[in-house]
Amino acid sequence: MSATSDSAAAGKSRGFINWIDQRFPLTSLWKEHLAEYYAPKNFNFWYYFGSLAMLVLVNQIVTGIYLTMNYRPSAAEAFGSVQYIMNDVSWGWLIRYMHTTGASAFFIVVYLHMFRALLYGSARKPRELLWIFGCLIFVLLMAEAFMGYVLPWGNMSFWGAQVITSLFGSIPVIGGTLVEWIRGDYVIADATLNRFFALHVAALPLALIFLVIAHVMALHEVGSNNPDGIEIKKLKGPDGHPLDGIPFHPYYTVKDIVGVAGFLLLFCGVIFFEPSFGGFFLEAANYTPANALLTPPDITPVWYFTPYYAMLRAIPSFAGTQIWGVLVMGSAVVVLFFVPWLDRSPVKSIRYKGPLYKIALALFVVAFVMLGDCGMHPPAGIYPILARIGTGVYFAFFLLMPWYTKIDKVKPVPERVTGHA
Amino acid sequence: MLKRFLLIAAVLVPGGAALAQEAGPAFLHAGTDIDDVQSLQRGARDFMNYCSGCHSLQYLRYNRVAKDLQIPSAELEKNLMFTSTKPFAHIVSAMPADATAWFGNQPPDLTLMARYKGVDYIYSFLKGFYADKTRPWGVNNLYLANLAMPFVLAPLQGLQKPVYHNETDPSGHTSMQLSGVEPMTPGSMTPEQYDRFVRDIANFLDYTAEPIKAKRETIGIFVTLFLLVFFVFAYLLKKEYWKDVH
Repeated sequence: MSATSDSAAAGKSRGFINWIDQRFPLTSLWKEHLAEYYAPKNFNFWYYFGSLAMLVLVNQIVTGIYLTMNYRPSAAEAFGSVQYIMNDVSWGWLIRYMHTTGASAFFIVVYLHMFRALLYGSARKPRELLWIFGCLIFVLLMAEAFMGYVLPWGNMSFWGAQVITSLFGSIPVIGGTLVEWIRGDYVIADATLNRFFALHVAALPLALIFLVIAHVMALHEVGSNNPDGIEIKKLKGPDGHPLDGIPFHPYYTVKDIVGVAGFLLLFCGVIFFEPSFGGFFLEAANYTPANALLTPPDITPVWYFTPYYAMLRAIPSFAGTQIWGVLVMGSAVVVLFFVPWLDRSPVKSIRYKGPLYKIALALFVVAFVMLGDCGMHPPAGIYPILARIGTGVYFAFFLLMPWYTKIDKVKPVPERVTGHA
Repeated sequence: MLKRFLLIAAVLVPGGAALAQEAGPAFLHAGTDIDDVQSLQRGARDFMNYCSGCHSLQYLRYNRVAKDLQIPSAELEKNLMFTSTKPFAHIVSAMPADATAWFGNQPPDLTLMARYKGVDYIYSFLKGFYADKTRPWGVNNLYLANLAMPFVLAPLQGLQKPVYHNETDPSGHTSMQLSGVEPMTPGSMTPEQYDRFVRDIANFLDYTAEPIKAKRETIGIFVTLFLLVFFVFAYLLKKEYWKDVH
């Protein structure tokens, strides 16, 4: 192609873009969110999980749509229709495994994403609202996962739903009526399955997408935090761009592709070689149809709920009601929303925080994993004690944060970010 | 950092096996092999002859089994299909609906039993029958106490008798506990033959619980190889772009 026809072609495509730009802010959106969104150049490993969470969300939506085409939301047919997807639908097994593995992967990347925020103080001013949107996404994700787990209508689906919905029954006065209202029946039944299906495939995904957009918009408004916890916008070059910033595209798009490749290696490893993941992602007790007369020996949720489930079971009933455990479990999620105001340290990143915060965060991680383990075992022997200790440490981490972050010895924060990956 | 993730995974995975374990005697190791097509074929034949009269595989079709197990359709219709149905039909037993009146229970569908209770359970269960005059069918099972099922494989294995031992609990009370089984009367098969027979059926039921298993592992190898190559190119691309970041 000659130089003249080259530039003519370029001119033509620019003409088309112009035509769109006069009617829709395509170029300005592209610039604002990708080509001229300046991100700190020192993102490390922990900064992959945001884009990975978005990848998993897309995976869940796309595979979910395909599952919906063949799944039947009725108590009589649901279990069989899942086996129909596994055995008769072309590549149905792959779609289902992508969805079931995606559910667990979602929580893995979201937990790591949230942990990153605790590491580097990403929730702190001016990112409070960004963090709150994130917490709302986490709450919706839990509701979405819980309702999705009911849909295969296996026996653990049934009994899990029975246990979780009955939690609302512990609310004084209105509890019993509320539980009936949620279930649409006196027990978990066809009506429950139908409404959970509606919420799982329409209402909650819509709300999730909306919140993810709000989360990203808030992020791009205030700018990304980084492992040094420095505001890169404070130091700008003569061109008006942050000195320590680089355009998200192409630098972080190509970097995130590496993250995606690494993630897919693990993700596909599970899908193709161990989709049940040793009973963690797909529980054996769910391979028999829902049966109101056959209670599983121990009702346990999927791994991502077990830390909170352990807290629920750790609190004994008191004054004739079980509500205390429910309150503690609920508070464990609610307390997350307050992190931006609980952290009183003058520095954001753990790199410049003192030993107290490091110890506190380490204890918190140990407690969270320990709670997760407790939630998988019947509450007997040592487990209730461990669960209570874990619950105590979990809450102490947050509630004592204003105190230990204030008295902690911090290091001086440098002017510029240190290094890049 | 990646190491940390792998470490977490390594800590989490071994616990999975422990989750599935329930109280009762430990299961025997089935030692099945989903890639052993001959074993699967024998298992299919034996299942259809000894089990399918009562137990369905309702989530699976005859012709799917034939295709996966490389059984010619003439062979399938002659030797594996005993109900008047078509090859594309689901494998449903001839058991009438009033089976509950006969046994006290509906014989469970076995398509997913290997994923529900494990292939070792199936293998152990079929080796766990013993004579018990107090039960309606004169047999009980080491791995499923007071079951409703008669021991239809007795002509093959013969009958076993229970072995008890004395156990003292922490309060000092001694009681007789069932600890195992041992041969009582011989059947038409030697113990080795019966082991293989049971292993084949367990292997077949492992197949029915996830017919795609062997194929997905094969596909998985290619997917992994592609992703490894993709990872290398993605990394090189990133490196090239990031050259000018200082």
